[in-house]
Amino acid sequence: MNIDSIQNGIVIDHIAAGNGMKLYELLELDKLDCSVALLRNVVSQKLGKKDIIKIDREFDVNLDLVGFVSPEATVVVIKNGEIVEKKKLDLPEVLINVIRCKNPRCISMTEQEIVHEFRLSDRENRVYRCVYCETKAN
Amino acid sequence: MRSIIDILDLSTDEIAELVQTAQDIIAKPADYAEVCHGKKLATLFFEPSTRTRLSFEAAMYELGGHVIGFSEAQSSSAAKGESVADTVKTVSCYADIIAMRHPKEGAPLVASRAASVPVINAGDGGHNHPTQTMADLLTIYREKGGFENLTIGVCGDLKFGRTVHSLINAMSRYKGLKMYLISPEELKVPSYVKKDVLKKKGIPYVQTTDLEGAMPELDVLYMTRVQRERFFNEEDYLRLKDSYILTPDKMKNAKKDMIVMHPLPRVNEISVAIDDDPRACYFKQVLNGKYMRMALIMKLLKEAGTI
Repeated sequence: MNIDSIQNGIVIDHIAAGNGMKLYELLELDKLDCSVALLRNVVSQKLGKKDIIKIDREFDVNLDLVGFVSPEATVVVIKNGEIVEKKKLDLPEVLINVIRCKNPRCISMTEQEIVHEFRLSDRENRVYRCVYCETKAN
Repeated sequence: MRSIIDILDLSTDEIAELVQTAQDIIAKPADYAEVCHGKKLATLFFEPSTRTRLSFEAAMYELGGHVIGFSEAQSSSAAKGESVADTVKTVSCYADIIAMRHPKEGAPLVASRAASVPVINAGDGGHNHPTQTMADLLTIYREKGGFENLTIGVCGDLKFGRTVHSLINAMSRYKGLKMYLISPEELKVPSYVKKDVLKKKGIPYVQTTDLEGAMPELDVLYMTRVQRERFFNEEDYLRLKDSYILTPDKMKNAKKDMIVMHPLPRVNEISVAIDDDPRACYFKQVLNGKYMRMALIMKLLKEAGTI
């Protein structure tokens, strides 16, 4: 299968297989009017299988969000057909307005324009907790 | 601006300092009678409370200050849909310090981020209640002479009981702690409390449904109420509410110097007959809560440069 290489844009590579669609949705890539490719279960020497997202235009990627969904991923910035930057990711310590708390008793459910904030509470098990109610993020 | 949202916002040194201040207030109340002269505490209670609100109010009056506020959401602008942030920004214009109770978890944190005066969490749903824990700590200190090498049994609703979670967190910082977690299966301590606090810190604990079996081991028995307001389902509440009732008969197995604590209000989980037992400390806790709140109000107002 061939996907054209991009001249100016972003490639999110080494996404853990199965997380590409989740990332596509969280990054709201469906709202872009440029070419966007989501490749699933691509053979990878490092990961066995991986997902890849290619965005055919400059795009300000929320790195915290990518790191949260798939800290193994790399974000590659391409300009004039050349790789100009390769960003390695890690689990972010804090997630701001990336995910929302699902605890019906949490103040973030009702307070207007609240900052939805989660902190990494267990790096090993990738556990984030809401700063308001300490409920674990799903 | 320093606020107290969680008991862990206070270091063990600060707990020791507050305990010493409270002890000094108990010994020499007249020395503190004018410390907060001309200052105002706002008690913003979006949820009913007898003890905590009156304790804060009594604390401020005994420091020579004044109190403004409301005791239910219906008598505040929250009933009109005002946000917590806007409410406290407004109240910050009138008061020097705020004590807030709210049914939503995390509401006092939102308040502390918006307010320009210190905010004290006076209970946020089933989440935190740091000043109750401060009352518990002063009681343990005064009755047991310190915080180290104690075996503490917590009994009842350990799932929704915010006071239990805060107490475990607070006591986990002292050496020699052993815990007995006594509850029905459905109301066990959440696994994250066990994992993140007890296991992480290597604190030995026993999880059991057997109160009488645990009783001879305990230095402190901390009873809790099964709280109707934390259940979505009335049937579950009715099934579990009478799981543990402490009676004089059960107290026979306890150490002579064990103390019985309860954050109150009780429904029926401690027989009234226990009240006359010298080991019953739950009304002492109420009084100790006022002294610790006095100490905390003073500390926060001093840190804010208000007094």
